[in-house]
Amino acid sequence: MVENRPFRDFMAYLTLVIGVIIVAFPVYLAIMASTFDTATIINGNMPLTPGDQAPENYTRALFYGGKLAREPVSMMMMNSMIMALGIAFGKILISILSAYAVVYFKFPFRKTAFWVIFITLMLPVEVRIYPTYKIVADLGLLDTYTGLIMPLIASATGTLLFRQFFMTVPDELLEASKIDGAGAFRFFKDTLLPLSMTTIAALFVIQFIYGWNQYLWPLLITTKSSMQTIVIGIKKMITTTDALTEWQIAMTTAVLAMVPPVLVVIFMQRLFVKGLVETEK
Amino acid sequence: MEKRAHFSGWTLPLLLILPQMAITVIFFYLPASQAIWQSFLREDAFGLASEFVGFENYIALFEQPEYYRAMITTVIFSTLVAFFSMSIALLLATQADKSIRLAHGFKTLLIWPYAVAPAIAGVLWMFMFHPTLGTLGRPLNVMGFNWNPMLDGTDAMILLVFSATWKHISYNFLFFLAGLQAIPKSVIEAGAIDGAGPLRRFWTIIFPLLSPTTFFLLVVTIVYVFFETFGIIDAVTGGGPAGTTTTLVYKVYADGRSGGDLGLSAAQSVVLMVIVISLTAIQFRYVERKVQY
Repeated sequence: MVENRPFRDFMAYLTLVIGVIIVAFPVYLAIMASTFDTATIINGNMPLTPGDQAPENYTRALFYGGKLAREPVSMMMMNSMIMALGIAFGKILISILSAYAVVYFKFPFRKTAFWVIFITLMLPVEVRIYPTYKIVADLGLLDTYTGLIMPLIASATGTLLFRQFFMTVPDELLEASKIDGAGAFRFFKDTLLPLSMTTIAALFVIQFIYGWNQYLWPLLITTKSSMQTIVIGIKKMITTTDALTEWQIAMTTAVLAMVPPVLVVIFMQRLFVKGLVETEK
Repeated sequence: MEKRAHFSGWTLPLLLILPQMAITVIFFYLPASQAIWQSFLREDAFGLASEFVGFENYIALFEQPEYYRAMITTVIFSTLVAFFSMSIALLLATQADKSIRLAHGFKTLLIWPYAVAPAIAGVLWMFMFHPTLGTLGRPLNVMGFNWNPMLDGTDAMILLVFSATWKHISYNFLFFLAGLQAIPKSVIEAGAIDGAGPLRRFWTIIFPLLSPTTFFLLVVTIVYVFFETFGIIDAVTGGGPAGTTTTLVYKVYADGRSGGDLGLSAAQSVVLMVIVISLTAIQFRYVERKVQY
């Protein structure tokens, strides 16, 4: 603190509180909406204090689904969970292995291999959706978890992150392991993997959120309602003809869709920040 | 950078790198190169035969008035979101930076919207600003503003900008706060001793020192608006009303969906690729130099 001015500190505090209120308000409204019945919401004067329909709404959403899209939300959440975990673990697995190869081995075309992976950093899946769709369709992977997961782990962020971390691991560790007679597998399992745990966890947090929140890709390749993810499901609950939209169920679903990733961010804040900052380097 | 010690042998590293290579080639290089190849072809109406037509698809694309409209929409959308999300984030970050306690406590309270899916963010804002039942949208109409994002293109764009900004403030806040905390306090104190007030200190010392962060966030935010806001647009407006909120990425999706010309759609993808690659290249140039004054 450069100067001591209680009034300015108070203003700073006030600005931040207003900021938090604005940021939290839409979510607060959604939570409130999940505690009322349709009629209360439709007439446009929804109270800002909770109603008493929460048990009813959450049970209906989780186990029966809305009137329009009849899939239960618990099933959609299961699909989202499988997809998010698949992307997170899949990416960690393939990228830690390839980073290990690139950093700790000398083999022909090592530089080329690194660049081939590195370039993928540049193109998000959104720009190549239809060709990718065609390939996934040709492989018979539409409406499968593999089809949902695989194209989204084809990217360089994880490999770069692990490479960067492996570079900071002192060479002496490898020399010592070699003197002790450890091979490539032993060194990886006993030395490198334990050291990488924080990096793995940070990447996991980022990839889990990325996977859970995917929209365009699942929208394209899932046609069966049993493969629907929650982020897609909620859109189908809202129709342009307002009379049919069950807002309380839609908002209940929105709340349920936010819970897992938001909890991950709040409870793993340090890892989340680390992952975010380091994948962007 | 190279490691001093290595393992020897070829087979093991090749096996280790194989899964990533296979996935990258199948799901990245194959589709990307197909998009490029297709953008030079024209298929007949039945999709049975195709002929090489050079740049004709690109010429046709740039002759479409809708394509220009999508381009202008994208530029307006990204400019507004970049401006609002960055200035609000910077304001909050400078306030939080005033003490460690504020910074720590408010970080948790401000970063979680990052975890909300874009489509969900859109739905939340649509509910809040719904013209007939929204907690904020209905009063607007009662006051006589004639607010209706379902019918009015400007209203729809405003709603999209709000949702997209809301979701991205947390990210920019986090990086601005880290950038501010990295500025040595002694520099600011020196400014204070020389008699510069808080505002002057901000514009002449802090803001210039923060410029690498600002530049980095600008690129990231533009990439975010280009691609990740797809979910917001699809959930809130579906590109409408009457195409007023169709961005470049949304147009690729919508054209492909309506079973349009494959070559034309591929040409659109290629234009997008060129845009992303240039943005990323700019970013990497900056990363190499790090500080530029």
